This record gives sequence, C-alpha cells and structure tokens, in this order.
Amino acid sequence: MSSWFDYTVNGLIIGNIYALLAVGLALIFGVSHLINFAHGSVYTVGAYVGWAAIRYLHTPLPATMLIVVAVCAGLGIAIERLGLRPLQGSARIAPLLATIGISFVLDQGLNLIFTPDPRALSSGLPNWRWQVGGGTIGIMDLLIGAIGIASAGVLFGFLRFSKLGWAVRATAQDRDAARQMGVDTDRVNRTVFAIASGLGGLSGMLVGMYYNHIDTAMSFNATLKGVVAQVIGGMGNVPGAIFGSLLLGLTESYGVALFGSSYRNLFAFVLLLAVLVLRPNGLFASARQTPPEPMTGTFIAPSRPVRVPAWALWAGFVAAALLPLVPDIAYILQTLTNGWLYAMLALSLTLVAGTVGQVSLGHAALLAIGGYASALLALDLGVPVPFAVLAAGFITAVVGTALVFPAFRLRGHYISIATLGIGEIVGLVILNWEGLTRGPIGVAGIPPLEAGGWELDSPRATYWVTLVVMAVLGLMQARLLRGHLGRTFRAIREDDIAARTYGISLNRYKGMAFAYGGFAAGISGGITAHMYSYINHETFTSQISVLALTMVILGGLGNLTGAIIGAVALISLPEMFRFAAEYRMLIYGFTLLLLIRFRPQGVLGTV
Amino acid sequence: MSETLLKLDGINTFYGPVQVHFDLTIAVPRGQIVCLLGGNASGKSTTMKIILGLIRPRSGAVTFDGQAITGLPTPRIIRAGIGSVPEARRLFPAMTVRENLLMGAFARSDRAEIAADYDRMLTLFPRVRERLAQRAGTLSGGEQQMVAMARALMGRPRLICMDEPTMGLSPLYVDRVLELIGAIRDEGVTVFMVEQNASLALQIADHGYVLQTGRIVLSGPAGELIRDPRIRDAYLGGEKR
Repeated sequence: MSSWFDYTVNGLIIGNIYALLAVGLALIFGVSHLINFAHGSVYTVGAYVGWAAIRYLHTPLPATMLIVVAVCAGLGIAIERLGLRPLQGSARIAPLLATIGISFVLDQGLNLIFTPDPRALSSGLPNWRWQVGGGTIGIMDLLIGAIGIASAGVLFGFLRFSKLGWAVRATAQDRDAARQMGVDTDRVNRTVFAIASGLGGLSGMLVGMYYNHIDTAMSFNATLKGVVAQVIGGMGNVPGAIFGSLLLGLTESYGVALFGSSYRNLFAFVLLLAVLVLRPNGLFASARQTPPEPMTGTFIAPSRPVRVPAWALWAGFVAAALLPLVPDIAYILQTLTNGWLYAMLALSLTLVAGTVGQVSLGHAALLAIGGYASALLALDLGVPVPFAVLAAGFITAVVGTALVFPAFRLRGHYISIATLGIGEIVGLVILNWEGLTRGPIGVAGIPPLEAGGWELDSPRATYWVTLVVMAVLGLMQARLLRGHLGRTFRAIREDDIAARTYGISLNRYKGMAFAYGGFAAGISGGITAHMYSYINHETFTSQISVLALTMVILGGLGNLTGAIIGAVALISLPEMFRFAAEYRMLIYGFTLLLLIRFRPQGVLGTV
Repeated sequence: MSETLLKLDGINTFYGPVQVHFDLTIAVPRGQIVCLLGGNASGKSTTMKIILGLIRPRSGAVTFDGQAITGLPTPRIIRAGIGSVPEARRLFPAMTVRENLLMGAFARSDRAEIAADYDRMLTLFPRVRERLAQRAGTLSGGEQQMVAMARALMGRPRLICMDEPTMGLSPLYVDRVLELIGAIRDEGVTVFMVEQNASLALQIADHGYVLQTGRIVLSGPAGELIRDPRIRDAYLGGEKR
C-alpha cells in the first residue's frame, strides 16, 4: 500500500462498508427519528454469526452472507419489538437511551459467548490481485464494491417501486398521514429495522473478512462511523448517507496516507464537527439552521421529583463520613471513593443534560482534560497537588466550554452527536499530541494526593477527601440552581425559542452550565489522576460517558441527590456481587432498559 | 345495511384529567353531508381523531356500517372504508402529486380499478392534473386541498372525513372546495366534515351538529340550523342565554 491509487481504493472500500451501516441508520432515523446506537452491535453480531457459520457449518460465502443477513434482520425485528415499540409515546430521549442499553447487552453477550479475544475471519476466497494503473485491486475489494452497489440498487428499487417501500417513504414524511392512508406503521418500523440490521450485519461480516480480524470491541466505533456518515449526508437522507460514507472513507484513507494510522478517527470526527457546525442538515440541504425538532421540553420525561428532606441528606453525609471508623473495610472504602468521584462527574452531567437539557455523550473527555491538566501541572511544573487539582478544574471549565461552544446552536440529537464527536477528538488529540501528553505511553509517576505535606493516599484519607470535595461541589451546585440561574437553565431546556424571546442569551447560559460542569468534572479527573498515579488516553473512555449518563438517568435528570445515588449505586452494585463482575456491562444495559421502560423519570424524578 | 352509516354513541374522551367530550352522540346518515360545527377548543378535531382511531375514548362506541370500530388501529379503520382529509391537509411533501394520489389507494390491491379511479380523479380535479409531476410540498394551499381530497377518494371510501377543509384557503378556493364536497356526495360518498365556518358549511350540508366545550348543544337539518339565531352564539362560543 503506497500509491494514491491504493489509498483511493481503500477509501472507497471502507466507504462502502460505512455505507451499508449508514443507510440503515438513515432509514431508521427517517421513519422513527431515532439514532439507533445499537446499530454497531448488530454489525458486530453479523461478524460473529459469519464466523460461527463458517467455523461450525462450513458454509460457502454466499450461504454465510444469507445466514448473516437473516439472523441480523431477525435481531433487528427483535430490537424494534422489545426495545422500542413499548416506548412509543414516551419522551423522545427514551428510545435513544434504550438503543444504548441494547448495545450494552449485545456487546456483553458476545463477550460472554465468544470471549473478548480477537479472531480471524477468512473469506475463503482465493487471494487474487490485479495490477491496475499504479496499484492493485484484490478480490475482496471487488466483492465489497459489488455488494455495496447491489445493496444500493436493491434498496432504491424497493423504496421506489414496491408498495412497502412507498409506505416507508410516506411514513418518513408524515407518520400520522401515512396511518390515515391505511399504512401499518408498526410494520414499516419492523421492515426498516430488518433491512437496516441485515445490511449492518453484512457490513460487519465484510469488514471482518477484509481485515481478516474481528473482535467484540468493534461495535462502538462502527456506530460512530455510521452516525458520522449519516450526519454528513443529512440525517434520514438515504442517498446522502451513501455519499457521506464514501466521503468519510476517502477522507480517512487520505488522512492515514498523510499522517499515519492513529489519525484515522481524528479526521472522521473533525469532518463530523465541521459538518455539524457549518451545515447541520448535511451537505445536500441548503438550510444552515437545524430543523426545529419537537424535542425541547418533550425530550426529557417530566415528573414530580421526590423531595429528600435536608436532615436526611445531612444524616447521610454524616453516616458516610463516619464509615471509615469501622475497622477492616478498606475494600468498601475504595469502592465508595470511586463512587464519590463518579458522583462529581454525575453532578456535572446532570446539570448539563438534565437542568439545561443538553444531553452530552462525551462527558468523559472532561475527566481526561482534568486528569491530564492536574497530572502535567504537578509533574512538569512542580505545582503542589491541591493547587494542581484546583487549576485542573478551571482549565477543564475553560477548555471544555471552548470545545463545545461551536455546538451551542445545535439541539436535541445533534448536540448528543456533537458532544460524542468532541469527546472522541479529545481522546485522539491526547493520543497524538506527544509533545504535551506523551502520547500512547501515557503519564506515569503522578504524585499522590497530599495537602501541605500531609500524605492523603491511605484509603481512609482519599475517601474523606473525595467525599468532602463531592459534597462541596454538590452544595455549590444546589445553591447555584436555587435562584434565578436555575430557573433560566430550565427555561432553556423547556423551550429555547421562548427563552430567547424573553431576552435570555442562550450562549451565555449554556456556557455557564458547561463551565461549572467542566469544573466539577475536571476536579474529579484531577483527583483520579493522582490516585491512579498513571493515566493514558484510554483511562477515560467514552464508555464512562455512557455510564455517567446512565447514573444521571437512574437518579433522575437534573436531580442532584439522584445523581449521587445513581453514581454510588452503579459503582457499588456490581462490586457487591463479585461473581457479577464480568456481567457488569450487561447489568448496566438491563438497568438502563428497565428504567426507561418502567421509570423513565429516574428513581428520584427529574427536576 | 343500516340507514345510519357512522354512529358515535355516548363518547367520553379525556386528555389526562381534562374531559374533552361529554356523552357525545352523533349519527351520520348514508349519502348525506353532515357537518360538526364549533369554535376553538370545542372538541371538533378530537372527534375526528376518535373516528380515525388516532385517540381512544374512555367510554362510548363508534359504529361504522353496523360494525364496531372503537379502539381499532387507524389502518384497519381506513381499510374498513373510511377516507380522511386531515387538518392542514398533511400531504407527503417530498412525494410527487401522482405518488400522493396513489398513496391514497394504499389499502387497495385492485390495480385496474385503481388506475380507473386515478383517471376519474384527474377529470374531477383538473388542477391536480397540471401538477402531477410536482412535489406536493411546492403546491399552493388550495391546490394541496384538492390533492388531499383526491387522495382520500382514491381509497374508494364509503365515508370521507374532512377536518376543516376550507381553513386557510383563498375565497376562490373555498367556493371550489365546497362545490367539490357537494359533488363527492352526489357520487354516493357520505361526508362528515368538521368546520369552524358555520355559514359556509351549512350551505352545502344536509345535517349539522353544534359542539360547544365537548357537548352537542344543537343539531338539526342544515336548512333549519342556518336560520336559527342560537347558531351564531353557539359557534362563536358566546354566553348561554
């Protein structure tokens, strides 16, 4: 692989793979206005079904493909039926979160069945290559290209000429009107999920064969790439999704050619952000404004929160503070310390996602910024640890807000996608900016927690430090939200247009929310870095972002006490059941699904 | 074969704790135009949604041609022979006018008959013929109303439900639409329409009901209602005397 020709072919092949994913996401978004975050998991299932068919049934390639498509289409129908149909009519955020829960369950399920070890997936095709121009084309390239073109053709014919295809298009344009023409929209949903999942599974199998490698961790990246491609082409736009995929594939391939393979995703996410900021409706739409999604207000389930009396909170705090006096519970203290650190993150996220209604899916990036800031200040500049942690809070507030600022004018789904992309970019910058962050090696030898010469690295001391810091941050936030500021934040969440007509500057208030949120998360990240003494670009992954969101939803969006309880519950429950450690993600996934189904407002209710 | 094609019997509807309909009873005789009049928030559009199965009433029954359709899913109600011209028309904006018309026949599978009905619509609605290849979203309000009516008729309904068919139209089109509603009735299709503009609706209707905050306060043959002084008070939502 050296010539431009080869990079172009590679870009188009990857683009074709993305197209098979993105087309399904676009169809689903079209008919149900939902970003299916389980799509990447279906793709991985496709890869493993292909592997199992070849391994155990010794199927030839065409039969393998048929099996993969059939199994994944069935899985798609099940996802629609069990995960989403029961949520019709609930708050718009519910199905989105349900797909996240389903993806956890599927990924962990694959992990349990097949183990996380990577496997080889051979196509069984002869290794023919042809010299073309200045490069070569292999048989796998041709196969993927042909499948991509054939799928697009079949899909076009289906949508244009079949009755069910007409029903899909009509439903996408006006669901109620379609029902009044006699269209069974449940059947349309089912069909769309089956097609999308069939193509998604095929895509996973093909990519596995292309690289002769599959593993259970490939889901998240696949979802991201499909979403990016879809945003480039315009959400819900099927031809746009194909074009966006090819553009994304080529951009990545040329980016790799110019800068090296660790830059692949950086190019993808910078492209995503550029499109979101400059043309949020995709490259084919003329409008620069995102359509006014009927999302504000209804995006989050309204409810009457459970009031926890102040004395109960104080009693809880005192009990927590006295806990270390019980002998021989170092392990419990460690777990709870972790819980308090997550509680700071959850407080931060519940402000941004709950109170102001900007559902961020990239919150772990704030931890990373805080962690690196504090670690590098202490190590490279010799700043005393307490000041380094405090400075990390401020740095995270400034950097985090500046990073999200371009996305302030986005709404609903788009803000979630943008923050997801920003989160990934932060991780990738940390990986690639070796001069500052030491790149993939990570930062080692971070000084432990101390204050004025007092070592605070015993389990008891760190427990107290984190508990007190968390409580102070929570109190500050409660105080902040009690008055005019809290009201303004909630007004923006309920109806940003109405808020604007009352003279509220959205940018200023969103900025304030992200700054305070960044501060709390930065402090949490800073303390974490000093506790671990070693961090790298994978310490704070996007799984933590999703976990934080689950905590916040568990407690009730915008609910401070709820955020703390959610964090402690989700951190300590899997620890309590030691045997359950390897089922951790499965537990998170089911928790999320059950919550959304039966108590979407969270345990303590949204505020 | 009953004389009454559509019957709403003792309907009580709630939006959360708010009651929208109080014991609503309406009968639509076969082959007639029946209009339901009422001001804002009287519950007119909700009545339409009940018939079409978009909302379920808490109690009461909807009967169509002797068959109970209460609580059935919308597509099944449509297949039973009810056509809908929704409020604000709700065409499929990115589909062509031709595709919109054919969507109207979605519940049917008799291809030859569909083609014949399609040709019939083009003679009934000459303006639609000129716009066949155009995207429906680009038409004017009046043209869209024509397409919406033609689309509903493409389903060969026995009853056609129209939600405020003259809303937002220019006076020229209002007259044209009223004329066409009469023509539809003369073709043997029963019409149930919801209107705010009582004097217009009663010109073409055979029978009228007046709905006020969820209750039928007046009903009778259109010719009598149009002369009734109470009609003005009722449909303007005026105070009781």
